[in-house]
Amino acid sequence: MSAIPLLPIPPSRPLLVPSLNALFWGFSSVGLSGFGGVLPFARRMLVDERQWMTAEEFNTQLGMCQFLPGPNVVNLAVVVGKRYQGLPGAITAPLGLLAGPVLIVLLLALLYDHYGTLPQAQGVLRGIAAVGCGLLFAMAWRMGMAIREKPVFWPFTMLTVTAIALLRWPMPLVMIAGLLLSGGMAYWTLGRK
Amino acid sequence: MIVFELFLEFVLLSFVAFGGATALLPEMHRVIVAHHHWLDDTTFTHLYAIAQAAPGPNVLVVTLIGWKVAGLSGALAATLGMCLPMSVLIYLLVDRWERFSGRRWQQAISLGVAPLAVGLIFSGATLIAQAANFRLGAWGVVLVTTFLNLRYKALHPLWLIAAGAMLGLSGWL
Repeated sequence: MSAIPLLPIPPSRPLLVPSLNALFWGFSSVGLSGFGGVLPFARRMLVDERQWMTAEEFNTQLGMCQFLPGPNVVNLAVVVGKRYQGLPGAITAPLGLLAGPVLIVLLLALLYDHYGTLPQAQGVLRGIAAVGCGLLFAMAWRMGMAIREKPVFWPFTMLTVTAIALLRWPMPLVMIAGLLLSGGMAYWTLGRK
Repeated sequence: MIVFELFLEFVLLSFVAFGGATALLPEMHRVIVAHHHWLDDTTFTHLYAIAQAAPGPNVLVVTLIGWKVAGLSGALAATLGMCLPMSVLIYLLVDRWERFSGRRWQQAISLGVAPLAVGLIFSGATLIAQAANFRLGAWGVVLVTTFLNLRYKALHPLWLIAAGAMLGLSGWL
């Protein structure tokens, strides 16, 4: 790792300032370590292993990345990259994050082009899709259970499922309406306290 | 100019991608399969499966879809379309985040978007099941996976994926 100089501002915690190189390879290691989501690995790399930020800083930055739409971990790479190396860093970090996994996935795509029609390959993909489907149900369940005030907010979940899965309405429309309703309800419950 | 169209579609998609690429599955299916007919149901589920089995962020399913629709330039266009708009926005906004953070409307959006994301991910699961036309055996795998993943947190999903792949290879699904 070629990150040497110390951050001058807060003297209480000497955090390392990563170079462009370190940003690229640090985020490469994150991108390649996770299956079905790499956010926990980003935290481990940034906070525990390389100590580029404290746990609190990580949470604050992540809050913003999760607030905006788009791939959260890509957003996080942009934020971290910008913070330490400005615009070049904001480009380098997400490139590092995506380069390795994109190469792997494109190799798999080549294999799929050649062997995808074989019954064995179709069987394997069917099995993985079934597991993936189960993982999605589990994820929805966990996230649903994490919502506070379930009687207030679960109806919005059901409305979303009805509009998206059953009626197949366009998602931008559903999200705008849903955010107005559900966000409005949240705004109201926040004021009640 | 299918590559350009692909780029534009994913730019649009990125603006509603609350909850990342996973929550976007139903809409990607609607746009790519149902509307443009760029892919069929089976290929869509296959690409989803490949993305599941590969390391990396969830957004890679977008790369695969782009590849299948328009080759290497399609893969890059789709990935860039998905990542670029919010990356630019976050680059511009990050220093002002302190000012928004904790405001009542900001908290309201964070709270309000969660139940919608749950609905989107649930819809994504039903959609994969539908598009893959699961039979009884596959539904069994879905149920067992859901149960095991919820019950045994220490069990790495990769084991389940490997088991699913083996079952699929044996032709039972």
